[in-house]
Order: sequence, then C-alpha cells, then structure tokens
Amino acid sequence: MRFRWPGQTEDLLSIDDLRLSAGEHLFVRGASGSGKTTLLNMLAGVHAPTSGVVRLLGTDLAELSTSRRDQFRADHIGVIFQQFNLLPYLSTLENVTLACSFSDRKKARASENADPTATARELLKALNLGEPLHDAAVNKLSVGQQQRVAVARALIGGPEILIADEPTSALDANNRNRFMDLLFREAEAQNCTLIFVSHDPQLADRFDRTIELRTVDDDELGMVS
Amino acid sequence: MNLLRIAIKSARFRRTSLLLTIFTIAISVTLLVGVDKIRKESKSSLLNTVSQTDLIVGARSSPTNLLLYSVFRIGNATNNVTWDTYETIAARDEVAWTIPISLGDSHRGFRVMGTNTDYFEFYKYGDRQPLVLGAGERFEEVYDTVLGADVANELGYSIGDEITIAHGLVSADFAEHDDKPFTVVGIFEKTGTPVDRTVHVSLAGIEAIHVDWQDGGRTGIRLTAEQALQLDLTPTAITAFMVGLENRATTFTVQREINEFQGEPMSAILPGATLAEFWRTISTVEQVLFVISGFVLIVGLLGMLTTILSTLNERRREIAVLRSIGARARHVISLILLETLLVVAAGCVAGVGVLYALMAVARPIVARRTGVNLAMTWLDSTQLSMLLAVIAGAGLVALIPGIVAYRRSIQDGLALKV
Repeated sequence: MRFRWPGQTEDLLSIDDLRLSAGEHLFVRGASGSGKTTLLNMLAGVHAPTSGVVRLLGTDLAELSTSRRDQFRADHIGVIFQQFNLLPYLSTLENVTLACSFSDRKKARASENADPTATARELLKALNLGEPLHDAAVNKLSVGQQQRVAVARALIGGPEILIADEPTSALDANNRNRFMDLLFREAEAQNCTLIFVSHDPQLADRFDRTIELRTVDDDELGMVS
Repeated sequence: MNLLRIAIKSARFRRTSLLLTIFTIAISVTLLVGVDKIRKESKSSLLNTVSQTDLIVGARSSPTNLLLYSVFRIGNATNNVTWDTYETIAARDEVAWTIPISLGDSHRGFRVMGTNTDYFEFYKYGDRQPLVLGAGERFEEVYDTVLGADVANELGYSIGDEITIAHGLVSADFAEHDDKPFTVVGIFEKTGTPVDRTVHVSLAGIEAIHVDWQDGGRTGIRLTAEQALQLDLTPTAITAFMVGLENRATTFTVQREINEFQGEPMSAILPGATLAEFWRTISTVEQVLFVISGFVLIVGLLGMLTTILSTLNERRREIAVLRSIGARARHVISLILLETLLVVAAGCVAGVGVLYALMAVARPIVARRTGVNLAMTWLDSTQLSMLLAVIAGAGLVALIPGIVAYRRSIQDGLALKV
C-alpha cells in the first residue's frame, strides 16, 4: 500500500503488508513527517491510497463511495485527536452522544441497555468524569478531562476500531498514565482494536505490537515490526 | 441531536459576528420592503386623489395636462370653457352633477379655486370620502372663502379672518385684489389631497374681483366691493368642470360626445385612467429606488458571504471533529447552509420588525403632514415573495462556503493540527 500526495515525486508512505487481528492493540511510532497521520487518515477512509488496498473488517474501502466511506467511519470507527476533540458549544454529554447522530448503528448499540444519554453518562463515569461535569460547558474542563470525554465519544456505540492520534501529547506524565490506563480498560471492555499513534516511545510497552514509520529519506522505506 | 440543533448552537456560540450580519441583512430588508410599501402607499394615495368623478372636462389639451391643472393645481389651462357650453353639458340627461372649476388667481402661493356649493356635495376623494368642514361652514356670500387644511394651518388663519387674493399666480403688490377682501367662513379637514392647499371661493367671487379688470390689468373704472355686488356675477367662462354621471355605462358615450362637441374644442378625461397613466410616468423614481435597494440587498448578501467565509477558518476544527465522527459532505454543506438560512431568516424578521416599528412611529407624523393614513397592513404577496427571494438567494450564496468548507475538510483530514 502506497500513498503519495498529488504532484509529489516520492511516496510519503509505503507499507508492504500490515495485518491486525480484532482486539489487537497496535502502537505506531514515527517522527514528524513520517506519514503517521496519513496512515490514520487512510485507515479512517478520509484519504485513499495511491496504490494498494486498505481493508477494514473485511471491507475494501476503495470499493466504497466517498459518502459510504464516511458512513463506514461513523459506524465502525472511533477517533481521538491530539487536542480539541470537542465542540465548544455543546455540553460534555452532548459531545459524547453526538457520535450517535451520524450513525444509526452506534445509536442502536448505545440504546441496547438504556438510552444513548444514559449510556454516555455510564461511559463518562467509567472514565472518572463525575455527574457534575456532564452538563458543564466543555471549556470548563481541563485538558485531561477533555481527552477523556473524547475517549467516551470514540467508544460510545461500540465501534470495532479505535484510532488515536497522539492523544496524550498535551498531557503531563501523571495525567498521561491515568489516561492510558482508562483508555486500555475501556477499549478492552469493548474488545476494541486500538491503533495508537505517538512519537513517545515510553508508551510502547503497553501495546501488543509496535511498528515504526521511517521518514522517506531513509533508504529503507516503510516499517519495522 | 439533529443538524439543525447543532447549527443553532454553533451559531449562538459565534453570535457576535453573526449579529452584525443579521443587522446588515435586516437593514437591506427594511429598505427593500419599505420602498415597496412606500411605492404602493403613494400610488394608492395618488390614485385616490379624486373618487366618484366620471369625467373631467376642459379646453382641448393633453389628458395629463388637464388632470394636472384641474386636480393637482399644477400648470395652467390652455384655454377656458364658455359658461354656455358648460350649461349645455351640465343639462344633459346622462349627467347627474357637475362641479365647475375656475382657476387663475392665488393667495400667498396657494391656488384659488372658484366653484359652487355642489363642490361640497359631490366632490369625493380616497375611498368615496366626502369633504368635511373642520370648522365653520360652506361659502354663501360672494366674498366668503373656505380654506384647505394646509392653507389655514401654514398661514395661521381661522374663521373670520380676512384675506386678499392676488391676480395670477405670483403675489405682487400691483396685482392684488385688495379692494375686495374675502372672509374665511370655513376650513376643511385634512384630506391628503391638493384640496388641502386650495383656497375655495364662489364663482361669483371670482367674477366680482375681476369686474374692473381686463386682460390681466386694471381698467380705468374702479368698482368697490359693494358696487360689484350690484352687477350680474354669472361667469362667462370657467377653466374646467368635473362630471358625475347617472349611469357609469354611459361614460364613454358622453366622453366621445364632449370630445366631438361642435361649439368649441374640449377634452373629457377619465380621472382614474389618467391618474394611472400619470403614475406610470412618475413611478420611474420609485423604480430607481427599488433598484438601489436591490443593490443594497446584494451588498448585504455579499457581506454575509464574506463573514461566513471568514468564519470557516475558525470552524476548521469544528468541521474536522464532525467529519471524524462520520459527518458526510452533505452534513458539512447543510450545516453552513442552515446557519446562513438562520441568519438570513433572523435578518428578515428583524428587518420587517424595524419596518413596522418605523411605520408605527411615522404614522401620526405622516398623517399630520400629508393626510395620508399609512395602512398598517401585513406584508402583501409581493413583499412576502421578496423575503422568500432573499432567503433563496442566501441559500444559493451559502453553497459557496459550504463547498469550500467540505473541500478544506478533506484536505485537512482527521488529524487537524492547529
């Protein structure tokens, strides 16, 4: 699988073969410019590979139309960004249930035991965010709290795949460890496949597998297991 | 949560910049709808200057000219109609009533009109409204006068005051009929028509002040006011006359017969039709205003486009988040579209609100100054379709930032690092 921006002569990303089994936790390490983000964008179906195939849950993303790919992402993937995951004009709770607005599947799954709002409250509590914070404006929350709200939103409705793009980079060491603990606990509770991108090698120990993306300047392109 | 709620919450979050946009749209809408309302009000006011009069007859001239001098007291008659001819036509079976009009003199800038008491009886304006005396009574004596509301108001006259009439239309010492003053016996209530600016006297009064005049100058003989009363004051000619028919169906027959009258060349016009024609010639001003307010609206919409495009930058994160949880192209575009429609709809509501507030404030002032009663009517179909066109136009305009936002969100991908 290769990716190259239009007009560029070199491939930004070139991966011969990468397979993940369900529930596996993968750590993707690499310096800036190594194509980590591009890899995530391709996994999420936002960008299409220049050549090769991206297959998720048995579906070849290239076979889907743009809007079907968006729908696939809405239904099966949860995404956590580095920062600014939340919409400032919605409350904590609304930010979490928002994920159900674009996916009937997530909405149905979040409604299995209770209504989506109750499910969202449970998730938030499991992530150590107490009731008083649920209806608060998100800009009243600390960065660490905001990132945990983002985890709740990514997990609501039980997506099979969780994509996290340096979610701890804005957190201090203490917060980072607590965040990782909670992330793993909840991902495992839902048996979620986790793809975690970071430049921080200290986090790698927690994962089943680590791959490293090397910059294009290196002779050896691609990844090392 | 549906997209509309997201759009509303997002818009409220950025309300400061959006309020300015709403304000711009509101002003454009006030102007656009206001100009249309003013146009319609002034049109109906103009068309209602005379009512119930079937024909206006004067010496042969263009219909507009006849209308202007007989109804609006603008310009002059080219010629007179002889009293004999007037009596001949007034005596016809089809004719129910006539109002003779004799013009040519003035009082301090206001036209003097000679007529008879049928004027009080049959002259109607607006929606068949008769003339009402606010004070005093009709003229009876030769030297009695009844003033229009503006004349009395602007010159500060009340019942019992004496006024002198100037010969011709320009007040000048040497051409005053100062030897024969008139007494104010009545003052009309405001009508919003040229009646307000007219000094009304009897035909005999017009005759009396001219007995010792000839060809626009005094003759050697001087007759006092009392001496003049001894003479036969039946006029030899009048300027024009209004005709009411027994049966409207005969209008065109009578009109044709007057136009083909053998005795002297005359024109008979239908006031309604001529007023409408006159309106068409002066309504270009209104149309220009209308075009200008259209441009103001376009500027308003462009301003809105600029505002929305500039907010897209601060909204990149918001859109990236929405995309990450599965928002599709149509969601992103709809979000921008909904916001635009909300802003424009709010602008329309605010604009219409401002318009009605202005009308409520202006109503008493306009009524006092012009006698026109601004109708506080709801928007008519044209004005409602204007508002719809504004909203539809805004929707079209909003597609631009909508598509821009979506295309940017694809470039940005999910992991927007700002």
